[in-house]
This record gives sequence, C-alpha cells and structure tokens, in this order.
Amino acid sequence: MSAYREKDPRIHGIQSRIRVVPNFPKPGIMFQDITTLLLDPKAFKDTVDLFVERYRGKNISVVAGIEARGFIFGPPIALEIGAKFVPLRKPKKLPGKVISEEYELEYGRDCLEMHLGAVEPGDRALVVDDLIATGGTLCAAMKLLERVGADVVECTCVIELPDLKGRERLNGKALYVLVESH
Amino acid sequence: MASQDEQDPRISKISSAIRVIPNFPKPGIMFQDITTLLLDTKAFRDTIDLFVERYRGKDISVVAGIEARGFIFGPPIALAIGAKFVPMRKPNKLPGEVISEEYSLEYGTDKMEMHVGAVQAGERALIIDDLIATGGTLCAAIRLLERVGVHVVECACVIELPELKGRERLGDKPLFVLVSST
Repeated sequence: MSAYREKDPRIHGIQSRIRVVPNFPKPGIMFQDITTLLLDPKAFKDTVDLFVERYRGKNISVVAGIEARGFIFGPPIALEIGAKFVPLRKPKKLPGKVISEEYELEYGRDCLEMHLGAVEPGDRALVVDDLIATGGTLCAAMKLLERVGADVVECTCVIELPDLKGRERLNGKALYVLVESH
Repeated sequence: MASQDEQDPRISKISSAIRVIPNFPKPGIMFQDITTLLLDTKAFRDTIDLFVERYRGKDISVVAGIEARGFIFGPPIALAIGAKFVPMRKPNKLPGEVISEEYSLEYGTDKMEMHVGAVQAGERALIIDDLIATGGTLCAAIRLLERVGVHVVECACVIELPELKGRERLGDKPLFVLVSST
C-alpha cells in the first residue's frame, strides 16, 4: 500500500525532491536519485517520520538496511522505534562470520550477506531500501532474515517502480512505499 | 580532542559494544567492527546523542558522510541538527554530475566523489565516518568540500586508531572522536 494514495500532505514535497537522472547507469534507465531529497532537511525528516509513524509501537526489534542507500534511511527509523539496525552487505564487507544469499541480476548473479548472531529467532523485522525495482535484492534480504528465524513484518522503500512488478516477487510479504514512479 | 578524556558515562558502554575482529581484511589488522554497536539500541542512541549535543546550535548546514559506514551515523546526526546529508561515494555510484578527489592507499589510489550542487560556498560542514585510521579518506573528503568553498568545521568519528597518526594528517582541521583504540 502506498502513502501516495492516501495523499498525506508531506508526500508531495518528498516526491518533488527526488531527481530523475536519465540513462544512468546505462542507456534507457531513468534513475531515481534520492540524494536531492537528503539535501532538504524538512523533506528528509518527513520521509523518516512517515515510516516511524507506521512502525512505532508494533514491536519491531530489527530494521535491516540494504547497502548502501538502505543505510541512510534504516538507522534513523531504527533509532526512533527502538530497534536494532542490521546492515545487509555486498560480499566480503562484513568482518565477522556471515550467512550469504545469492540472487539473480539481469545479467549474472550477486550476493547479500548478514552477520551471524545479529538477528535472533522470533525477531520481528523490517527490510529497508531506498527503492524497489524488480524486487530481487529485497527477496534475498527477506530470505536471509527468515533463514535465521526472524519474522519479516514488512518491506519498506521510499520509491516503487510498479512497472517492474517487484511487489509480486515478494511472495505475499507486505510492501509499503511512499512514492510510485512510472 | 576525544570525549573519552572527559569520561562521559556513556562512552564506556559504547566502547564495549564495539567488536574487534583479528586479521580482517588481512593478517595483522585488528578490525574495529561497529555492527555490534548498532545492535545495542541504547549504545547506538548514545553515540548519536554525543555527536548531536556537540554540534546542535553551531550553524552546521552540511553533514557529509563517507560511504558506507558514514551513511549509518551521518543521517541521524543531520536530521537532529537540521542539516543536509551529503553522501561521499566511491566512483561511479552517484548518478549526477560529480567532482572527484583522488587519494593514496597503502598500495595504489582510490577516488571519492560528491554531487555537483549538493553544497554551496560558505556552508559549514561536518565530515562523518565510523573510524579514522591514516586519515587518507577524511583528507580527500575535506579537499572535496573545500574545493567548492565549504568551511569544514570538524571531522567526527566514533573510533580513532591514534597509532596511525590520522589526526596529524588532518593538519589544522579539528577531529572529534568518542573512542580511542590502541
């Protein structure tokens, strides 16, 4: 479900601060750049507030953020709702013992890792990223959390690209976004 | 200056929440792992509060965070003090027009990038990273910001490795850290 449809008055300001950069990282892709949102303290605060209002008091013990832009939105949410922040990283970045989940890219494969012991069975978790496209990365993130016995309550992103059908790929897991971009 | 000298009571819990991993990324290196700090909700909160208490009301308009662990600490500070957050990234990650600064590694060089237009001449900035070692990365970040006329007020890190003399490499730029690790 999208706060966009609920027409929260803060959404318009958030959406207008996102910059679209054509042909990045390759021709034909319209890249949704959230760095311009981060330059507007009010819009950035509104973004975090919308997530915090949704998740406060819901007994969420883990906010998992996907490297690297999930590291920008996840920690402020985690701090406000009193949850642990768990970074989910590309291979070989985390120094301790990890579990890995491989996933498909358009061409080839990639891998997401999480520290062993960061998350415990029964932890109620959110997965945070700036954007959901095909949903491949979010799926890998959910699998990592579920493999250690966490309950993934919801995936949450600033932006959804609905034409890429990421929502369907989440296997029935709930997805919450602030802005849709066609 | 390190707030450890003032022995703020929050510091010892922050320090003990940091995990040291021997021989990562290579033999002989004792890696300071802040991910365990992020699992301790009070200690993570205290870490941010210590920075916010220092920088609130000092007319700081920019918090620049160095990829990727600077993305975890920078945004909560920026949000609390009402500043913009500006990500400083590895090459080819930022989608828009960038300026780049090359810097030396132990073997070879690396590059750091910032979006053109993110900051304006005359702005007052902090630079945030999880740790200062030799100071090479922080120096590159200082140069990037100063090249566009920004006044770098201070560099702030959770951890300092004083034996690597990063503080001296910063020259006249002040450095504030919470924990000194020998």
